[in-house]
Amino acid sequence: MDIKVNVRESSDDAYVVELGGEIDVYTSPKVKDAITELIDQGHYNLVINLEKVRYIDSTGLGVLIGGLKRVREHGGSVNLVCTNPQIKKIFDITGLVKIFGIFDDEVGAQKALA
Amino acid sequence: MRGPEPPDLLDTLSGRVELRIPNRPEWVAVARLTVSAIANRLPFSVEDIEDLKLAIAEACTTVIQAGEGEGTIDIACETSPSELTIHVRDRRPNRTDVFAERSEASGTEGLGVFLIQALMDEVRHTVDAQAGTELVMIKRVGA
Repeated sequence: MDIKVNVRESSDDAYVVELGGEIDVYTSPKVKDAITELIDQGHYNLVINLEKVRYIDSTGLGVLIGGLKRVREHGGSVNLVCTNPQIKKIFDITGLVKIFGIFDDEVGAQKALA
Repeated sequence: MRGPEPPDLLDTLSGRVELRIPNRPEWVAVARLTVSAIANRLPFSVEDIEDLKLAIAEACTTVIQAGEGEGTIDIACETSPSELTIHVRDRRPNRTDVFAERSEASGTEGLGVFLIQALMDEVRHTVDAQAGTELVMIKRVGA
């Protein structure tokens, strides 16, 4: 089981959290830590790139929802990059497509934050 | 000269596999991969197998979040040519019916059980004071 978390600053005062691997009850704390650290540092506009994520469960969704709630308190936003049809299906079933902006690439996700 | 008789489909695709994992997060992937391997023996679509992987993980996660480290999670998979039935038994001591509690929970707490119900064709749970709470999930081929 593996999870890769890569955080980088993008051009438009936003940060990109690039995730890879599997996000479940075992690995989601690592994702939560990365997002929490960014928010604690005052970064409220985030793009979370799920392109390299093979699997996500409800604990992973919970981390994303928690992050979104926190940045919204500061007028920020979280946009997702997701192209995996199985993961898109999970966002669809749970209705999360209505609360997250979901994009096919990082450029689109970053533009929509502005 | 005639060759050997083809094997009976019912015999080759029917079976039962049991797995007992510690009630801890690092073992959920083992349950997920095991169910994936078993589901691969049946004529499920790739999408169905992904649904099954998520459902077994959510069932295990529900138990773990109720009391990590307590007892075990017992999993039994029964296959037939037309369906896969997965039994997930919560063997924690002093357990409550966590599946019922989570199905009534609001917000993100109820997401796991909600997903199980959305992805499986049939879901039920039983409570037995001695044997533990059991969640039964059925996925039918081609449903």
